[in-house]
Amino acid sequence: MEPLSWTGSIAFLNPILAIALGLMVLSIIVWMLASIVLPEDQMIVNADGTLTSSSSIRILIQTALRYSFLASVGVLVAYVVLGIAMGTSAGIIGAISQQFLPVWLSLIILYAMSIAFKRKLGLYGKLFDSPIGMIGFGLVMFWVFTGIFGALDLIVTHDPLTQVSGMKNKVPGTPLPNLEDGQYAWYLLGGDNLARDVFSRMVKGAWIVVQIAPLATMFAFMVGITLGLPAGYYGGRLDTLLSFLANLILAFPVILLFYLLVTPEIVATGVPNYMAAILFVFPIIFLGVLLNSRYYTRPNFRTPLLIGVLGVAIWLYLSLISTGGYIINTDSYRIWGLPTYLDLFDIPGGILVVFVSVVFVNSPTVFRIVRGLALDIKTRDYVAAAQTRGEGPWYIMLWEILPNARGPLIVDFCLRIGYTTILLGTLGFFGLGLPPESPDWGSTINEGRKLLSIYLHPALPPALALLSLVLGLNLLADGLREESLKD
Amino acid sequence: MGLFILKRVGIMLLTALCLTFLVFFLTNLYPNLEKLAKTQGNFRMSDEQVESYLEKNGYLQATPIKYGEWLGILPSYRHTNEDGTVQGRCILPGKTAEESPKFCGILQGYWGYSTVFKEEVSTVVGTRLGLTGRLMFWVMLLMVPSALILGILAGMREGSATDRTLSTFAITTTATPEYVSGVIFIAIFTSSAVGLKWFKGTATQAMENPTFENFFLPVLTIALYGMGYIARMTRASMTEVMTAQYIRTARLKGVSFPNIVMKHALRNALIAPFTVIMLQFPWLLNGVVIVETLFNYKGFGWALVQAAGNNDIQLLLAISVVSVFVVLVTQLISDIGYVYLNPRIRIS
Repeated sequence: MEPLSWTGSIAFLNPILAIALGLMVLSIIVWMLASIVLPEDQMIVNADGTLTSSSSIRILIQTALRYSFLASVGVLVAYVVLGIAMGTSAGIIGAISQQFLPVWLSLIILYAMSIAFKRKLGLYGKLFDSPIGMIGFGLVMFWVFTGIFGALDLIVTHDPLTQVSGMKNKVPGTPLPNLEDGQYAWYLLGGDNLARDVFSRMVKGAWIVVQIAPLATMFAFMVGITLGLPAGYYGGRLDTLLSFLANLILAFPVILLFYLLVTPEIVATGVPNYMAAILFVFPIIFLGVLLNSRYYTRPNFRTPLLIGVLGVAIWLYLSLISTGGYIINTDSYRIWGLPTYLDLFDIPGGILVVFVSVVFVNSPTVFRIVRGLALDIKTRDYVAAAQTRGEGPWYIMLWEILPNARGPLIVDFCLRIGYTTILLGTLGFFGLGLPPESPDWGSTINEGRKLLSIYLHPALPPALALLSLVLGLNLLADGLREESLKD
Repeated sequence: MGLFILKRVGIMLLTALCLTFLVFFLTNLYPNLEKLAKTQGNFRMSDEQVESYLEKNGYLQATPIKYGEWLGILPSYRHTNEDGTVQGRCILPGKTAEESPKFCGILQGYWGYSTVFKEEVSTVVGTRLGLTGRLMFWVMLLMVPSALILGILAGMREGSATDRTLSTFAITTTATPEYVSGVIFIAIFTSSAVGLKWFKGTATQAMENPTFENFFLPVLTIALYGMGYIARMTRASMTEVMTAQYIRTARLKGVSFPNIVMKHALRNALIAPFTVIMLQFPWLLNGVVIVETLFNYKGFGWALVQAAGNNDIQLLLAISVVSVFVVLVTQLISDIGYVYLNPRIRIS
């Protein structure tokens, strides 16, 4: 097998891409300079009632920018399309585009469906009016699909943990020395210092992030909302106490907290299990109060609903916190949990502690945001109206204040998933929590950085992956903010 | 104002007490103590040996008592060895039990002895803080002016070309954590694979002899992550000010655009970024830990990693006191500064 070059037989596109990108950069610079130097647009009303813009140079620059941007995007799409068609004969880029085929297909279907029905989809549909939001959403969904299909073993070329002898620190595109049947013939992005495939590890790493980050953020939001609403609404002693506790956690440097919480020794004491048992109660309380406050006037409907919802929630809660029949299982003592035959899933201690500490770090900030929003909204007229109607405080908090605070909360949710991704990377970077051979991006960056001055390829792919996911989430949040401010 | 500051200082002390107790509790859990004993003695210690080591050094007392000893409000633990000598926290090498004071905690100015660095904690923290202080100074010098300029240029004309380009840049930097940008910088500017070799990949030499070559990359890495956030806040506050009535009046009067920005808008636009810059300090602390590990610069953050990795209780406590102190003092300064800069709040 021949080693693959980066672009293979589609190398003729490289000079075109270089020209297109060069033109785009040039026109951006000219555009910026022009917006400072040139006078502002002056519209002149002609005698026949039409408008003429005075600065034709501006329009010229904008046209140049638009076309050079479209040209660059077009060339990039050409790389991918030709890559999908030609596979490995189009070099590493071609092979990677071909591996990502399910992701491209899902993205196309998702975008086509969303744009077709965007007027019926509320805020989500409006996202497709803003280019920034669309780019951000595209980046995020790219990694989400990569994570899901990677977990289904569709994209990966090799097992992320298998070492192939002779592939240590090999450059991207190196063929495997002793090819067996059914094995992919190349390491597309090279091998790391333990001779594992960098590409497959990057893809598998996406799954870890896609699993943990949104879920942890959601739990943090549940905790923050359940505590923040009463703190803002009632105020007084409760507010003082809760705010003090939140500030206490916020005053802790995050890394110190991680170093204290996420160690095997702490896992052995069962502290994370206690924290999990406390933190994961909040979603149940939230759900219970949410439904009860709405339907308590109709006991016939409420009671079965609550029994059903809370039953499932408590079952999930107990399966989440109990492992092997115990909630806490240390050497000195144990607490019985759900028996194993009812236990739906087990979470390994390492993952649980990562999850718990990420929720723990995020929830005070959410608490502060929700408290601020509640303080602001409780002075509105519709809250006063609800109070006059005789609604209970929890109804007002959860069904009057919360829906009206949703805009900033959704935006913050996106930003916070990005921040959680960064935190997970930080944990991996310091080798905390996740097992050392785990393919998550932080650990891979940490391993790759040791040989960075000689071999770039093990560290750069996960770094760029993390960068693009977080960037996508930030752009998505920006687009959502813009669109939600429009109404 | 005096009462306000007094109250804040009181809350600060309470917070510091709670946090140090939390750190104390977590580091004094038995598995952590066992790890400490094994790193101090040897890794093949039996359970009885671990027990006797911990007993001898007073680690097996109740946590509140140990905490009181660390604070200096309880007399510290002493252990009489079999040969009749007395050892304890307060008895430094070369002193006898009678010469040493009974109380030795932070109230007496004694921060303890670092088990990792084999030095007094106060000297360790002092030297490491000095090194990190130098790093932070250059970070601030790079970050604050460039962030403010970026934000002002972007917020001057909302929606203009400059605004869009600079805002995209700001979003990109906030999306790039230090361990990503640091790795990318090292890859591009220092590695033999790319071949630029403009800078050094480690900052170890910068501890004695900081030069542009070995010190710029760590500074840039920390500054870049914080810069985007401050720039976005500055931009937001600048756009808000630029739509205010008095700016419109000035424009209608015919004041030139540069004059409006420099003389009328800037002063009001810089209030919000001030508090943001102050509140960035705790974030910078995180960046410092990552960057010092990445570039092997043996400052405060590096010491934190060493202390936490080896469960060096005394050093870890001192480090958390210092970092909590930094966080709370910057919060206090930002609150006071905000009141001072914004007369509307002072009156109400």
